[in-house]
Parts: sequence; structure tokens; C-alpha cells
Amino acid sequence: MRMKGMGRYKVLGLRFKAIISIELKWSIGKKEREESFIGHLRKNEMSAAQWQIATLVKMSFAAENVKTMVFSIPNRPPFQSGQHYDIRLTAPSGYVAERSYSIASPPEEENLEFGIELLENGEVSPYLWNMTVGRQIEMRGPIGGHFVWNTSFKEPLILIGGGSGMVPLVSMLRHHMHHLESETFREVRILLSAKTLERILYKDELAASTKRDPHLKIFTTLTGKKSDGWNGYSRRVDQTMLAEVFGDLKKKDSLTFICGRTAFVESIASNMLSLGFSQKNIKTERFG
Amino acid sequence: MLIQDDFIPKRRRDARLPRGQYETYDFPVLSLGPTPEISTKDWKLKVSGLVEHPTQWTWQEFLKLPAENVTKDIHCVTKWSKFDTRWKGVSLDEIMRRVGVSDIATHLIAHSYDNYSTNLPIEDVTEGKAFVAIEYDGEMIAPEHGGPARLFVPHLYFWKSAKWLKGLEFTDHDRPGFWETRGYHNYGDPWKEERYTND
Repeated sequence: MRMKGMGRYKVLGLRFKAIISIELKWSIGKKEREESFIGHLRKNEMSAAQWQIATLVKMSFAAENVKTMVFSIPNRPPFQSGQHYDIRLTAPSGYVAERSYSIASPPEEENLEFGIELLENGEVSPYLWNMTVGRQIEMRGPIGGHFVWNTSFKEPLILIGGGSGMVPLVSMLRHHMHHLESETFREVRILLSAKTLERILYKDELAASTKRDPHLKIFTTLTGKKSDGWNGYSRRVDQTMLAEVFGDLKKKDSLTFICGRTAFVESIASNMLSLGFSQKNIKTERFG
Repeated sequence: MLIQDDFIPKRRRDARLPRGQYETYDFPVLSLGPTPEISTKDWKLKVSGLVEHPTQWTWQEFLKLPAENVTKDIHCVTKWSKFDTRWKGVSLDEIMRRVGVSDIATHLIAHSYDNYSTNLPIEDVTEGKAFVAIEYDGEMIAPEHGGPARLFVPHLYFWKSAKWLKGLEFTDHDRPGFWETRGYHNYGDPWKEERYTND
């Protein structure tokens, strides 16, 4: 039931059971923008386009430079692993900053977890890092219909992450782990790249996962200064490494997800193609 | 909307920035998969659909068309904007004139070499609003930025500027493209912040 054209009115509450159309007039700087906002609700559930109020319920470290931040959003829309949310900060002056953050939690979990990397000259990440439990921010999602994976896909799953690129991939891993007992096995193989040991995301959780799932294999390469006693790879990901780690999965219709900085993703995607993995099964997410 | 009393912006507010965008000085790359490598030897641009003269240009043939220099701001839906980007390309007006686009055509569907597509109303590609770009910043467009040729429609979010352009199809009906069918807005006006499907 559409109730358009009911005149302009300011609405502060956000729970409705009908389809409604709200028009807000907005003045920022010299530009006047009319914002047409359609809330589309089914059984109290929010739509992905709608800005949702999220409350910080837990905070910890995923790595030295990445904080795990867990938010509660009542009646949040469902999402798929690999998707992200847009977080919005509005200053008292009306200035708005928006940034995208991949979801780290699996779809099965009620609260939303993100992995927020602190960027040196960042505008939004320092603010998020300084938040305390109980504080609220605005976010909307889930967004992104391409870089997604769910357990309906039985093929071998290849996850390649550089630094904070591991965030959406860990959501996929966690989703896979949720269904371990109820499925015939699926091979999941991960190659993660980090500067140092301290910058490996979810290090302990990954180790514990390999104990729970005997088919799960995780390979790590450290690209920074050489560490004493380190048994893994110690260099940037190259074709030789990819061939050693993933070569045997080439003919098995594997699904590959690559996430990290652009140069990382670019080089690995083209190397996987050269190794004979098919283009249609390789999905990429570049962080800037 | 929620105001954060303790949020101190680090960036300048700029009337040239649509809401939610920040200015970048580099040129980020975003794609759905590996970068296609297309040599100018093999490149062809096919123009089809509701046109009087369906056409296919090779790279050498396309270079003979009159090209213009265009400098515009571009806005990516992933929040970055880049000011005063310099391109060289053939306008869609020129292309449409040469192939004789029919009066009943309402939309342009752009096709890319990686099977990507995007849709635009015809009014959004005429009167100097759209180009097939063959140069960026005075040089051939790098593969990761969509070279050898990409569509260039700067007044809309940059996913509408299809990279690795392969075909221009003129139709009498809309056909939502790759991102439009995966949660992104069908039109994509950055000044109305039309990022996602229900915006």
C-alpha cells in the first residue's frame, strides 16, 4: 500500500509495517537535494537501502592494526558472506563521510561483525577505533551482489586475502564451518598474505578451524622482515607459490575469491588465469 | 539521521563532491574479476540494434573518427571522486549520427569484453554527455582502467562508464545491466546519491 504524496513531514521513528514514502528536503552548502526515501518493510524487517542504527556491543583486536567491532541492529536484513555495509558519520556541521566495510560475521550470526583497519590518514577509521561499547552509528546494507558465496556451492573454495582483505573471506570460512557436520565435505583452501605475524587477521581462529575441519588447509606468507623460526612462505605472492598451493585444484571447477589492495588482487588474478583457472570462477574485491 | 557530536571531519567540504564522496588523488581500480587483456590488433567495436547502419570498427578505423579532449570530475559508487580527469574520445553524438540511430530507440546497452553490461537512457548519452574514450591523461588507457577503449559518462556513477568496451546496442526498452541486477541503482545519479537499488 503506497501512501505517496501525503505532504512533507519529518519522521523520527523508524519502525513501520507498511510501504511508505517520505520526502525530506536537505540543504548542504549551496546545493539543495531532495531525498526520496522509500522504506520497504516485510514483517518488521528493514530494507538494505535504509540507514539502520547500529549499537556497538563488543570490540577486540583481529590483528595489530585491525579491530574487530561487533554491532547489534534489531531486525537487520539477511546477507550473504562477501557482502559489505556502508557506514556513515555525520558531523554537527552536516558534513557526511561514508565508507564501506566488509562483513566478517557469517549470515548465521545475529550481530554484525566488521574488521576495521586503522588507516594512518583515515577520516572514518580513527573515529570507529575510538568508539566505546554502547555508542551508536548509522550504517546500511548488505551491499554487493557479485562477490558472494554461500554453502549451496559444493565446489572447492579458494580464498586468497591480503591484509584486511581477509575480512570478507573469513565470513565465508565461518559460514562453511557452521555447516561442517551437516554436509559432505568441501575442500576449503586459504592463502593469506600479511606484512608480519602481528598483522595476520584472526590468527588463532584460523588455527583452531584447521583442527575442527581436517580438509581445511591454510597457507601464510609474510612479506615484511624475515621472522626467526617462521616456517611459512616469506615473500610476495607469486605464480610459483600459487601453483604450489592451489595447482591440484585447477581442474576441479573451484571457486576463487581474491581480496586485498588493488596491486595484490591484480597480480594474483592474472597469475591464476595463467595457471589455467577459469575466468568465470574467479571473483575479485579490491580495497581501493 | 544520526549526528556524531564528536566526529571531526579531516577533509575539506567541497561543492564539487556529491554527498558521501571523498576526493582521491590516485586512480583506484575496481572490477568484478581479472583484467581482460585486449590488443588493439584484435579490438573491435560493434554498434547494433535499432540503427540504420549496423557497424563494426577496428582500432585503426575507429582512430579515424573525430575525437575530442574532455576534462571532467568522475564519481565512483565506492565513494571516491577524482577531479579534472582528462580523456580523449569520440562522442556518442558522432557515433549515433554515423550509424543512424532510430527515433524509436530509448536506451543504450553497453557491452564489455568480460561480459559486463550496463544500461543508459538515450538522453544521457547525447549532447556531449558521453564518449567512447581512447586516451586517459594523454596516453592509451591502461588495461586495468578499461583500455583500449571504454565508455565515458561522467555525470553518472562511474560503473556506467563500461570498461573494455566491445559493443553499443541501441534498444527500445530498458535492460538493467550487471551491477543494476546485483543491488545497484538502475540510473545512478551521484547528486541524488542513487547508489543502490532502492535509493
